[in-house]
Amino acid sequence: MIEVKNLHKSFGEAHILKGITTSFEKGKTNLIIGQSGSGKTVFLKCLLGLFDYEEGSIAYEGKIFSKLSPDEKRNLRAEIGMVFQGSALFDSMTIAENVMFPLRMFTKQSKSEMQDRVDFVLKRVNLDDAHNKMPSEASGGMQKRVAIARAIVNNPKYLFCDEPNSGLDPKTAIVIDNLIQEITDEYNITTVINSHDMNSVMEIGEKIVFLKNGLKEWEGSKDTIFKTDNEAVTNFVYSSELFKKVRKMYLEENS
Amino acid sequence: MTYLHNIGKYFLMIAEMFRKPTKWSVMKQLILKDIDDLVIGSLGIVAFIAFFVGGVVAIQTSLNINNPLIPKYLVGFATRQSIVLEFAPTFISIIMAGKVGSFITSSIGTMRVTEQIDALEVMGINSLNYLVFPKFISLMLYPFVISIAMFLGVLGGMAACVYGGYGTLEDYVIGIQTDFIPFHITYAFIKTIVFAFILATIPSFYGYYMKGGALEVGKASTTSFVWTSVVIILLNFLLTSLLLG
Repeated sequence: MIEVKNLHKSFGEAHILKGITTSFEKGKTNLIIGQSGSGKTVFLKCLLGLFDYEEGSIAYEGKIFSKLSPDEKRNLRAEIGMVFQGSALFDSMTIAENVMFPLRMFTKQSKSEMQDRVDFVLKRVNLDDAHNKMPSEASGGMQKRVAIARAIVNNPKYLFCDEPNSGLDPKTAIVIDNLIQEITDEYNITTVINSHDMNSVMEIGEKIVFLKNGLKEWEGSKDTIFKTDNEAVTNFVYSSELFKKVRKMYLEENS
Repeated sequence: MTYLHNIGKYFLMIAEMFRKPTKWSVMKQLILKDIDDLVIGSLGIVAFIAFFVGGVVAIQTSLNINNPLIPKYLVGFATRQSIVLEFAPTFISIIMAGKVGSFITSSIGTMRVTEQIDALEVMGINSLNYLVFPKFISLMLYPFVISIAMFLGVLGGMAACVYGGYGTLEDYVIGIQTDFIPFHITYAFIKTIVFAFILATIPSFYGYYMKGGALEVGKASTTSFVWTSVVIILLNFLLTSLLLG
């Protein structure tokens, strides 16, 4: 479980996060949603320790991140898997080498053990024949799946995804969403996804945190988001006619 | 103020580069790859430039000696001194700031833009050690490149002199042996080692701390070339004053 209390972050005069308090539960797919500029990416990078923050705290299983020693931080980071928006695969390595990278860095496994694990996770993300391709030879959807494979190869306790569906067609986006959901359930990990894809919200949002202007405006789940009367949430989530109709039907059926 | 800030940041980067070392089995491969990219990959252009510049120095020296009292072996002597003392260590380094420096800045800068450096940091890897340290170690072989440049420069001078009809082989050979001071070689290699450190770290600094997108990668490469050259020229002056002055 990750607990965030009163998180503040500024860049010069710009106050981006203005006191966010929330928690992300183990075994659940937690979504952070909000408009562009609402502070989602900054919040995610604070959670990952890529940005320092001025005030507040982030605790992983009760341990406050900023108070950990460098060694403890390193150990914690070895338990984190991250899927970046642009996949962030290493250009100079093949797909198999990219996936093997965390194992080479953090384990003492033999080459054959690492190879077996790489084969297993690549198969898990339905990429069993892409081992020797370079990232530049893979499509956007394949790159995302490789990034997921790299993120889970070392059995992480926490999985963070920054807009995993951006730039993907709707069908591939659903495949990625389902894959993340399955992996979260299978490994019982804490998954935090930064997204503004409404399909993801409806499909996999077991916990949803809605940010607006650097503040937590609302939190709930994919079920409660249909019923909320929070105007900022409804304006954002049901901005398209299709989703307005879906919501209307849902409310009529459940009234 | 920005300059002071950047100088401080540069030295902090150097200190961070030596902290939290990457696993040796991984580091070994990175060093070998960087030796191939930065050192072996530069041999061709260095050899080509050194050979022909050596030839030009010999021709220019020969054409500017009109006084019959000046011995003919001066061509070999002047070529050797120019190549060993300045051309090979300093001007080859300026050329390398363009070739190797731009490569380092753009490759690290692209990794910054595409979040590959963030990916390393999230995994708990000291990205500065992972990215910059192997370049620094591999460029410790830079004196090997400069030795080749020295040899080929003097050889180019000889070829131009003899085959161009500007002097005899005997005169040239006497010239390159005249008043030879072994410390000049030591001086040249001290400069080379210092310039190798600059070539590895300043372009890395500009790549690592760049902000923005593809356009900024190009700008960072240009800025890195300018500052690497400026620092090499200033250190050349300083080291020459200290060691030969």
